[in-house]
Amino acid sequence: MKCQVCGEAEATIHFKELKNEEMQELHLCPACAEEKGFHSLVEQDKASLSNQLIWMAENLYPEGSAKIGAVQCDRCGMRYSEFTRSGRLGCMHCYGSFEVQIRRLLRRIHGSTRHVGKTPGRPQPVSSRRAALHRLQEQLQRAIATEDYERAAKLRDEIRDLERSPVAEEPKS
Amino acid sequence: MIPIDEMLKNRHRWFDGTGPRAEEILSTRVRLARNISGARFVAHAREEDLSATYQRIASAIRSAPGLQGGSVTPIDELGVLDRQFLLERHLLSHDMTSEARHRGIALAPDESISVMLNEEDHLRLQCLKSGMQLAEAWEEINQLDEDLGRELPFAFSDEFGFLTSCPTNVGTGMRASVLVHLPALVLSGRIKKVLAGVTQVGLAVRGFHGEGSDVVGNFFQISNQVTLGISEGATIEKLQGVVLQILEMEGKAREALVRDARQQVEDKIGRSYGALKYAKIISTQECMGLVSALRFGVALGFANLPDLGTLNEILIYSQPAHLQKLSGRELSSADRNEYRAAWIQERLKVRDAPRPSLGS
Repeated sequence: MKCQVCGEAEATIHFKELKNEEMQELHLCPACAEEKGFHSLVEQDKASLSNQLIWMAENLYPEGSAKIGAVQCDRCGMRYSEFTRSGRLGCMHCYGSFEVQIRRLLRRIHGSTRHVGKTPGRPQPVSSRRAALHRLQEQLQRAIATEDYERAAKLRDEIRDLERSPVAEEPKS
Repeated sequence: MIPIDEMLKNRHRWFDGTGPRAEEILSTRVRLARNISGARFVAHAREEDLSATYQRIASAIRSAPGLQGGSVTPIDELGVLDRQFLLERHLLSHDMTSEARHRGIALAPDESISVMLNEEDHLRLQCLKSGMQLAEAWEEINQLDEDLGRELPFAFSDEFGFLTSCPTNVGTGMRASVLVHLPALVLSGRIKKVLAGVTQVGLAVRGFHGEGSDVVGNFFQISNQVTLGISEGATIEKLQGVVLQILEMEGKAREALVRDARQQVEDKIGRSYGALKYAKIISTQECMGLVSALRFGVALGFANLPDLGTLNEILIYSQPAHLQKLSGRELSSADRNEYRAAWIQERLKVRDAPRPSLGS
């Protein structure tokens, strides 16, 4: 791919940014990237996600952003404007301190504001019988592929035992 | 202390080429971001905060069975080269190679499970596996999460889930990714469309070394973006489904290439093998391209090519820090290119190698 700016050199730096609510892609050669102020590839590592985020955080509040920017977390003292600059929150309480803004941001990033995954202290039953069977079968395939026949035989027996075991033995959640 | 020299000798890990669908998928990774309740996030933490969280996590790790009494290595006790080595091994982040104070890493002996201390979040738990093993990797890292969660109060809210420094990770805190090799889709020019589709369904595509890295050697890292409003299990199922679809397209593209352009394909693979065996100067970039071509050959069923494990090993060990650890001294970029060629050729025992062919 050729550089979008000079159209000559090979584009080796690929950049995504959110501008006016639209995702834009930039493909640049190192020289043009430098000129545009994208300093090094290492710097680029932080680019994609967090940069998009900063764009969002700023662009969601074009008007009155100075006022919102001055809002401070009552626990760690971080200002909202610092967050829009760095893309990183100061502490867990920032989620509450900037709640309205964070909620809108989360809706934009994730399309949701509600966690539905695991909860600490309430382990999910990940090893149901079916999952265990599936895992053993994959291990068996792998053992066969690596010609570890002793292990394969053992796994085959395990699978047979599990298949014969009554369903009622499934671990309860 | 992390036994870097041991790791250098232990060549058969997540890149050993034995995992499910290893011909198309190099590795699977699942990582969880966790923070300690009440403590400031790393980017906003003071010196004493970082030191305190470090101590708390280190003591929790010592009692966690998943890391087998794993000790925590402070990053600032590692030399620059060793940090680079861990980065190339996909065990350390870019940030950690420069920001070392009060940062640490804990590692299971087989390298599959690792924890970064005080990275962007207080804890980054990672499980790395060979081939396509999303469910397995999640199960393993979930276990470690349970174990550490008994020792440490994680920052969590019922509404937003696990609270992370960056809101892009909040919720499950999970990033699951698969490193896929898609040479036929690249060669046939269909890759762009495929990857555009991937981003449309809320997944991200990155290069060999994750966020911000270039795509080299036709390797693409495909991962979930969304961490809120979707469970860990559903995230993994969705990612797995999309990856399997991509592999199906890759498979069709491979068939088409062999059918329509068999000679060119054989030529490309033969030339690549020739270069790998006889070239005197090989850059990292070129090496990845050559290995990519040979992997492609292996996947197509070419006889007389090195096996996947060997090719993956070359991929990992021909990186700059690995080469310098192998040679036992610092090497300039030019020296590395020579050393790389020599090391690969020793590894391939070039002298008696028969010519590659697709057979009849």
